[in-house]
Amino acid sequence: MAQELLSYIERKSPVHSLSGATKLIIFILYSTAAMLTYDTRVLLALLVISIVIFVMSKIRIREIGFILVFILAFLLLNNIAIYIFSPQEGVKIYGSSHVLFELAGRYNITWEQLFYQFNITLKYFVVIPAALLFVVTTHPSEFAASLNKIGVNYKIAYSVSLALRYIPDIQRDFKTIAKAQQARGIDISKNENLWKRIKNISSIILPLIFSTLDRIEVISNAMELRRFGKKKKRTWYKEKPFRKADYIVLISGLFILVVSLLITFYDGSRFYNPF
Amino acid sequence: MKEPIIQFKNFSFKYESQVEHTLEKINLSIYQGEKIVIVGPSGSGKSTLAHCLNGLVPFSYRGEVEGSLTIKGHDTSTLDIFTISKMVGTVLQDPDGQFIGLSVAEDIAFALENEAIPQEEMVRQVTDVSKLVDLENKIQSSIHELSGGQKQRVSLAGVIVEEVDILLFDEPLANLDPATGKHAMALIDQIQKETKTTVVIIEHRLEDVLSQDVDRIIVVDEGRIVSDMSPNELLASDILESCHLREPLYVKALKYAGCNVTPDMHPESIESLAIEQCRDKLSEWYESTDSVKQEKKNSPILELRDINFEYHKGIKTLQNVTLTIHQGEMVSIVGRNGAGKSTLSKIIGGFEKIKSGSIFYKGEDITEDTIFERSNRIGIVMQNPNHMISKHMIYDEVALGLVMRGVPEEEIKKRVEETLKVCGLYAFRNWPISALSFGQKKRVTIASILVLQPEVLILDEPTAGQDLRHYTEIMEFLTQLNSQGVTILMITHDMHLMLEYTPRAIAIDDGRVIADHSAAHILTNISIVEMTNLKVTSLFELAQKAGIDQPIEFVTRFIEYDKEARLTWRKNY
Repeated sequence: MAQELLSYIERKSPVHSLSGATKLIIFILYSTAAMLTYDTRVLLALLVISIVIFVMSKIRIREIGFILVFILAFLLLNNIAIYIFSPQEGVKIYGSSHVLFELAGRYNITWEQLFYQFNITLKYFVVIPAALLFVVTTHPSEFAASLNKIGVNYKIAYSVSLALRYIPDIQRDFKTIAKAQQARGIDISKNENLWKRIKNISSIILPLIFSTLDRIEVISNAMELRRFGKKKKRTWYKEKPFRKADYIVLISGLFILVVSLLITFYDGSRFYNPF
Repeated sequence: MKEPIIQFKNFSFKYESQVEHTLEKINLSIYQGEKIVIVGPSGSGKSTLAHCLNGLVPFSYRGEVEGSLTIKGHDTSTLDIFTISKMVGTVLQDPDGQFIGLSVAEDIAFALENEAIPQEEMVRQVTDVSKLVDLENKIQSSIHELSGGQKQRVSLAGVIVEEVDILLFDEPLANLDPATGKHAMALIDQIQKETKTTVVIIEHRLEDVLSQDVDRIIVVDEGRIVSDMSPNELLASDILESCHLREPLYVKALKYAGCNVTPDMHPESIESLAIEQCRDKLSEWYESTDSVKQEKKNSPILELRDINFEYHKGIKTLQNVTLTIHQGEMVSIVGRNGAGKSTLSKIIGGFEKIKSGSIFYKGEDITEDTIFERSNRIGIVMQNPNHMISKHMIYDEVALGLVMRGVPEEEIKKRVEETLKVCGLYAFRNWPISALSFGQKKRVTIASILVLQPEVLILDEPTAGQDLRHYTEIMEFLTQLNSQGVTILMITHDMHLMLEYTPRAIAIDDGRVIADHSAAHILTNISIVEMTNLKVTSLFELAQKAGIDQPIEFVTRFIEYDKEARLTWRKNY
């Protein structure tokens, strides 16, 4: 079967039972905290909380392995880019320079730069579990409801969730079309060289677009016939009402954000300076 | 007389992009509580008529309207689509595409959500309606887990969850196998009786629709109403034939036998049919027709030996499938949805790797051959032409496979033109594909496979969604190919196709071959018919009713006679 990119994973866990809106808000609060702070102590604390929540969700690393590898690759790329464009960023921030060894010109390795990039990496690790958990523990049906609850227009919310839902269908179409085209001699497997493969993929894209357009016409008619978009508001069958746990989680989330900001800005700098 | 609930008065409609009117001066009244069937060939305007009723015309499909359409006394030109959809609930044709919710409950609740009904109230209403359509146990299931018939019930529930006055079904049987179609009709009937709604059904599978009583049948052709009468009157007339619509097979048999079919014989269903006056004529006709000798073909072209296959570990999609197809045969593969018939074609084409077993082509083991290698011998035509077409122009599309194989340009030109001639597409060779009808697109996909000169052609549902005219066109074309030596395998649940075109049928259930016999035998064998979700053909019932001692032979002779008759019909037409 096709590797599912990122989809809901059914489990019984405290994280799953929270309302989707709560998870979305927490994700936003958490990312705000992680984005604003460069304070290593705060980041480490947040990381610990992230890991604990992740363990509580009973989601296994393997299940999100594919997307995780993808993000980590991106992280590596990001780190390399930072170093190439700004090898002295750490020195500038922390105001000292402990050189480990010299490379060439302004490219040397300093403890400060390493520490700075370590902090960036930490930020990633704090946000990744929160973001992934929101996606894999929120039932797709609840997805739109939770976006709507935090103020996103329901039409937009619904479009987003429909688009997400059609990903597996479109993947299936893609496979069918690829096989049919392969039978006519259009090979996109590893037997072809890369350039030809890219060219050949284009002959799969066109049928894919056609079949997707068909799908869109049918679904939009079906929605209109059942009066989607008639009223300014709509209700959601699958919406989970807020319960005590949701309020507790939200308040703790807010608390964490405030505390982390207080610690971060206490000494007037976003950076924790061990040097 | 009661006030009509729907009234078309001199109603004409022209789509924005078209020059000619799709509907021309329609006058039609439908009364509260009636059950109406609208039939007509493709392009007759019957779907447009449905779109006018539910408001998709003119709100989604724009165009010019003349005359008036009133629903419940309101002129629709003063209403918006939301108000219209409150009165007319529509069950669309495509059972998969129309689902909006992920689970059964959500999909049923969709309209309620849009009306901003509070959650508790919504849950209560959804539970109630799920009982009505017998889906209470499935309410939390994902739509993908349901069978075709269950899906149809979900879409029906999604419409009747609110009180509507009119239920509109747009080709409800199009994607259902015969047995499920029969259940669907029974359900529509039951819902109508319980909710006292007016029902309008657009469909061209008339014999299946008539498994339940209907009040009137409206025949539409070329944008006009051709007739408006009771089923009994219509079946006694020759209107269906002249509009290229399929008559129920038992009616056709009666007419072939020279019986004068009259309304008071109640021809609307095989059960109600009074056959007394026809009995003699039927037996006479039976005696006068020749029995058919099937010549046995014996040159295996494709052999499957002990094939096992699974998509998911432990769930066998195909089990010990062994079968032999001979050169020049035309075979149908039947079975209910999910029985494994499409998987079988994918395995033969090499789209999926088998777990064990072997495949032979003319005695040569091709089990390890790639898709590409097999495609030179075995061509596979998918059900949905949009899954195959990747070029803008017809010529380029058909030439694609040859270009990819590096065939010299001159030879490509020669072969493509030959193939286009065979497929009746030569005149269109420089047309863009987007200008073609669905049936023509289908032919383009067949041409694009044929040009590779495979000796075996496998088609998945070649006639799904086609009216009688296009069905006949496609099938006659395939028969012609077959007579030129191409071996043809078809996956289908169209009983007419089986009976009329394929001497041999292979029935599959639960990944196993359960029968391999003549189509007439399979469609008269009750246990196989049940396992494959088909129906016993009405011809068999007719023969039994008429007291013919060998009903299967009667069916076989009818098919042969009909083939001849259709040939002359096509020549005249």
